[in-house]
Amino acid sequence: MAYYDFAFDKLGLRDWCDADKTSDGPVSMADLLAQTGVEQEQSAFTIPFPSLDELHDACAAVGQSRDVTKGVENGFLAIKDVLRYVLDPLTQPLSWILESSISTFESTPWWLMLPILAVIVFLTSRSVRLVGFVMLSLMFLAFVDHYDHSMQTLAIIFVCATLCVLLGVPIGIAMSRSDRLQRMIIPVLDMLQTLPPFVYLIPLIFLFSITEPKLYGIAIILYAIVPVIRLTNLGIRLVDADVIEAANSFGMTNKQKLFGVQIPLALPNIMAGVNQTIMMSLAMVVIASLVSAPGLGVLVLRGIRNLELGVGLVAGFGVVLLAIILDRVTKAALDRVNAAQRH
Amino acid sequence: MTNDIKVSIRDLYKIFGDDPEAALQHVLNGTSKPDLLKEHGHVLGLKDINIDIRAGEITVIMGLSGSGKSTLIRHLNRLIEPTAGEVSVDGDNVLDYDEKKLRELRRLTMSMVFQKFALLPHRTVLDNAGTMLNVRGVKKSKYLAEADKWLKRVGLEGYGGHYPHQLSGGMQQRVGIARALTSNSPIMLMDEAFSALDPLIRTDMQDLLLELQLELQKTIVFITHDLDEALKLADHLVILKDGYIVQQGEPQHILLNPNDPYIEDFVSDINRARVLRIRSIMTPLTGDIPANAHGEVDYDDTLESMIALSGGDTSHAYIVMRDKKPVGTLDMSNLVKALVPRLATEEGARKY
Repeated sequence: MAYYDFAFDKLGLRDWCDADKTSDGPVSMADLLAQTGVEQEQSAFTIPFPSLDELHDACAAVGQSRDVTKGVENGFLAIKDVLRYVLDPLTQPLSWILESSISTFESTPWWLMLPILAVIVFLTSRSVRLVGFVMLSLMFLAFVDHYDHSMQTLAIIFVCATLCVLLGVPIGIAMSRSDRLQRMIIPVLDMLQTLPPFVYLIPLIFLFSITEPKLYGIAIILYAIVPVIRLTNLGIRLVDADVIEAANSFGMTNKQKLFGVQIPLALPNIMAGVNQTIMMSLAMVVIASLVSAPGLGVLVLRGIRNLELGVGLVAGFGVVLLAIILDRVTKAALDRVNAAQRH
Repeated sequence: MTNDIKVSIRDLYKIFGDDPEAALQHVLNGTSKPDLLKEHGHVLGLKDINIDIRAGEITVIMGLSGSGKSTLIRHLNRLIEPTAGEVSVDGDNVLDYDEKKLRELRRLTMSMVFQKFALLPHRTVLDNAGTMLNVRGVKKSKYLAEADKWLKRVGLEGYGGHYPHQLSGGMQQRVGIARALTSNSPIMLMDEAFSALDPLIRTDMQDLLLELQLELQKTIVFITHDLDEALKLADHLVILKDGYIVQQGEPQHILLNPNDPYIEDFVSDINRARVLRIRSIMTPLTGDIPANAHGEVDYDDTLESMIALSGGDTSHAYIVMRDKKPVGTLDMSNLVKALVPRLATEEGARKY
């Protein structure tokens, strides 16, 4: 007999409990074991917490814990079709952009790609040493036949980080202008940042087909957009109040203030956010290989799945190299912005 | 004193807090500043301010920190909204302005110079000087020429390509002044413009301002906490304390006739010989020019220069000349009387 029988008896709910005893759900493993086992001796130390399962034992009318998870699942499945109907066409462009970006990066021959990247690195960092380091790293990756995978990874990061900035900076600006919006968005950002990345993937898999690039695109953007929003908001809020007052006294319109004063002065913070966003999208692109994202992550995953230690480690090292490259280049750009407007 | 009134402030009140309207009633019924804070949780910022600011003059508003002087100057261009009262510029009540007209006022009629310079760190000195024209939508080629002209005028020729952080504090404030002058607005608001600078540079900047003013005849409202600076610059001096006006008028007059122990205390600290002018204490000429005069002094000279002329001999007397015509006489004994320091009174400001 279950521990909490007495509670239902005392409350006079026994009839209600036993009303439809026949409709018992599937028997759980624990129940089966309990049926074979001997009745346990009860003492103060073994009082079970009145959980759903425990109460169900005493009273069949109370649901089990698995009904909760089942309910969440059914709820999600019920709104899934509507969600998909709205989100699918909205997010379709993301698939196209990702596909075309990956195919562009892949189809550009290496002897053209490397000089292009060298020029980009030089333009953002103005450092010949950094260009040399980037070229050596990429050539090493190409030398061990990881070039294609690296380019796929870079293509995905390029698209996702760009979209993060395009979406995140305006959101951050809007947040900086309204305390109410800030109070509403901050919990969402906190949730996105703390939710384990795998958890985004589960509902996304149900929503979209697993073969579609937008699936991992959305997962990466959701995960990586947080720092650029936060730091844009912070950067604009930190702009010297004296300068804002001066801008007001000159009769600047809100637009003039935003583009002429606030964004330029917040730029160091915004750039720091962009750097973090790029690093986080790189972290996510490896996890996203679980849902068919191409790139170095696929090799890491293969290393884990097949216990191919060497494959996993070399691909992991490739990820590290890409991380260092992206970090150094964006930091160099950030330093240049900082140097231009020291106070 | 024949100049037109450019800006007039009438019955201005400012109360900080959640319900300033209700608090205003308490103030009008005679609640004092400390009581208002203690009993109603509101801060009385400004109380019953009436000032006429004349065109082409430097009006200095002086007070210690917390006296409300920075709050007051921000009412002129409505960076702070008053609780009650009226601010009119050229006869128009600024408080009736909508957003567009207010923006126009800020762009065309008033320019402001700040204590902490408030330059844009990401723009060059030249661009900073042209900020106000840029805001108005003037083409870059046009406003840079204008900005260059004023940078030269404030002594920053050749620094146009530098960034603000590459300049010293004094030079940065010169950029701030050039920025205000480039806008070509008739009114300049200067909020403790020289307070962040060290004394020698501050003197330089005061001289620069007076020199520019001689030529440009702008209407300047200057905020300071330094009485020497106030006396040097002011055509009209307003002394604020705890949000109300203690005394206002011609600085020489205030110096000789302080009407409040608070001001007497202030005045006792300064070098009177250097600040007082001969015109303030001379005896107007009634009949003939006295024959026993030892020489001529100028109407606008300081007493210090006359002491130097006399070599310290108290028996000397001088003829006061204005525009090469004798207008009065002054003998040294009267001069020495004017120099007698007023002792700081017990109930003076020092205990605040």
